[in-house]
Amino acid sequence: MSSHVAHHFDDASQQFDAARLGMWIFLATEVLFFGGLFTGYAYYRTLYTPAFIEGSRHLDLVLGTINTAVLLLSSFTIVLAIRGAQTDNRRATIALLAATIVLGTVFLAIKGYEYSVKFEEHHVPGASFSLGETHDEAVEPRHVEMFFALYFGMTGLHAVHMIIGVGVVAVVCVLAWRGHYTSQYYTPLEITGLYWHFVDVVWVFLFPLLYLIR
Amino acid sequence: MNNVQLPKRHYLNADYNVWSWLLSTDHKRIGILYMISLTLFFFVGGAAAVLFRLELMTPGGDLVLSETYNKLFTLHGVIMVWFFLIPSVPTVLGNFFLPMMIGARDLAFPRLNLASWYLFVGGGLFTVWAMLTGGVDTGWTFYTPYSSTYANTRVMLTAIGVFVSGFSTILTGMNFIVTIHTMRAPGMTWFRLPLFVWAHYANSLIMVLATPVLAVTLLLIGMERVLGVGVFDPNLGGDPLLFQHLFWFYSHPAVYLMILPGMGVVSEVITCFARKGIFGYTFIAFSSLAIAVLGFLVWGHHMFVSGQSVLASLTFSFLSMLIAVPSAVKVFNWTATLHKGSISLDTPMLYALGFIGLFTMGGLTGLFLATLAVDQHVHDTYFVVAHFHYIMVGGMVMGYLAGIHFWWPKMTGRLYPEWWGRFSAVLIFFGFNLTFFPQYLLGYLGMPRRYHVYPDEFQVLNVMSTAGASILGVGYLIPLVYLIWSLRYGKIAGPNPWQATGLEWQTPSPPPTFNFDETPSVTERPYQYSPWTPQTAPPPEPELAAAETTSP
Ligand SMILES: [Cu+2]
Repeated sequence: MSSHVAHHFDDASQQFDAARLGMWIFLATEVLFFGGLFTGYAYYRTLYTPAFIEGSRHLDLVLGTINTAVLLLSSFTIVLAIRGAQTDNRRATIALLAATIVLGTVFLAIKGYEYSVKFEEHHVPGASFSLGETHDEAVEPRHVEMFFALYFGMTGLHAVHMIIGVGVVAVVCVLAWRGHYTSQYYTPLEITGLYWHFVDVVWVFLFPLLYLIR
Repeated sequence: MNNVQLPKRHYLNADYNVWSWLLSTDHKRIGILYMISLTLFFFVGGAAAVLFRLELMTPGGDLVLSETYNKLFTLHGVIMVWFFLIPSVPTVLGNFFLPMMIGARDLAFPRLNLASWYLFVGGGLFTVWAMLTGGVDTGWTFYTPYSSTYANTRVMLTAIGVFVSGFSTILTGMNFIVTIHTMRAPGMTWFRLPLFVWAHYANSLIMVLATPVLAVTLLLIGMERVLGVGVFDPNLGGDPLLFQHLFWFYSHPAVYLMILPGMGVVSEVITCFARKGIFGYTFIAFSSLAIAVLGFLVWGHHMFVSGQSVLASLTFSFLSMLIAVPSAVKVFNWTATLHKGSISLDTPMLYALGFIGLFTMGGLTGLFLATLAVDQHVHDTYFVVAHFHYIMVGGMVMGYLAGIHFWWPKMTGRLYPEWWGRFSAVLIFFGFNLTFFPQYLLGYLGMPRRYHVYPDEFQVLNVMSTAGASILGVGYLIPLVYLIWSLRYGKIAGPNPWQATGLEWQTPSPPPTFNFDETPSVTERPYQYSPWTPQTAPPPEPELAAAETTSP
């Protein structure tokens, strides 16, 4: 057990506290990082409400809802994985971490599919942007383009966090398989879980803002 | 003093090869790495200042074209703000001494600390390369539309460099907060922490919470430029004011990144060289936190003439006045500490006193600028330039130099030459005032900043300023020379040359790799100078103490 304690810590519990606090502070940083984008979204939505509603109608509500469910489920599996480590149930830990990886990948695949549809419909901001069929004739296409820029910016940044998350969960899964974690030591699992929940919570805000309020 | 010797084994001679430095996770060695890189960046930023101060000697544009001039002041601003001032005290002195002051063997995340240095140096060298080969002409504020619609220079590359180094700042702040929370030695309670540590705690909060907003702002500029979609460009439906809001939401708190750590140094130095306990310890500690919190609520004072609503301007004006209170609390407490102290004017003390005077000047003129009517008159003039240089150079650089001299014996085991130290401290103070005081007058008379030609009647004051800058430049070169000289020829310092009370002085100089031979246990408050009681003083013998209280 003591082999897990780095030389500059006195004991395992000090090391655990440090790691967990470090992750919380990192997440505070992340909140402010996403906060800039949320501020931009809130401001321009207020300025150009009809255009943002128009943009939102071009998103696929069914896929968005499925993705929300997938992500919430993955948060549940990672909690159970940590529970597995706490009760020294290694097989459950590995299986639940693997399930988390699968769910994360499914989320990314659906997101990728949504992106490719948007690409075909010319809804990606840039020179080839066109609105196509509109629900509301009066809206300025340029302002709908701003909605899509924020949509891709915010969900893209979220997806980057998901990709990193899946990678990290894969690493701890391999380490769990090699028997690194016990009820005495599971710090990496715990802080990976914190990160995963955070990414999940970001989506819980993104989903209503982008898909639901129309 | 002749029998003092360097310890046999210490962090400097633990290992000699290059990789033992470049891959070191020892917070002390990383502090030294930062010191070397910051010194390089400081002289690059300084060289740009030399060039534009020369240009400003004459009213016409004789030396450089206006475009080159714009690139020079941008280079100066970007390098000095992000690659010298913000990292200066935290990454060098904070890295080195924060763990030692709380009795820890290292920061909580040593490898992350090393990674921060690589991010910093990588981002810094990339930025310098982008700015030297192509240049940027937006000013350090990257205001749109200079940085978006009308950008024809290396704005994006420079922004990427700043973005990368921002992560280094965030990681350092995170490391410090976790270290202060979890790594304190037995007995080191929150109210026994040196004020340097409190200042760094408040400072780290700002680092962690403000820097990501700069990152996302730079990201949004990138989005606008790459996709051609309106974010800040009004022609495309964006709003340039949003840029200013986001930028100053970061950059006003960042102003406190450029002063709080310096305040921490001054609190240590003043009490040591006045041989007197600090006056109002809790007030100074909490004023740091107050500054960190209020610092997030005043950003709009940069936008009084940008078309912000009058109500917003009034609110920001009021809040900006309010933040002067915790700053003044510090100045009054330092002054009260000096009162009836037995003051010795060694080099660190000269710098610390310089800090207090110049910071007070900078702070008071900040109140002028926070006043709506006065700001209309002096906005974007040399008055503003003088104001923030009094805080950043008069304050932070003085604080940095005070700290470097104060802790030099601990870092290297040797003393710097005291006469040269005092001489250059006085020279820097004199050169600084000659450089920047005339700029207050220039601004008040109406000379706008960021122009390389100006009406003839401003020449006298500009020549004074350039003359001062030359003295200042020489003043900065002297310590560079004698500090390097002292590495070999300086007198051996011994563990505690200043008879200071902090934990870092209760271990050999230079310290061993793990800082203390055994983990210190803390029994005392900091700053007990009369009578001198170090923080690790053994508790009085119980019978003896009892005897003292009972005997008449
Ligand atoms: Cu400000």
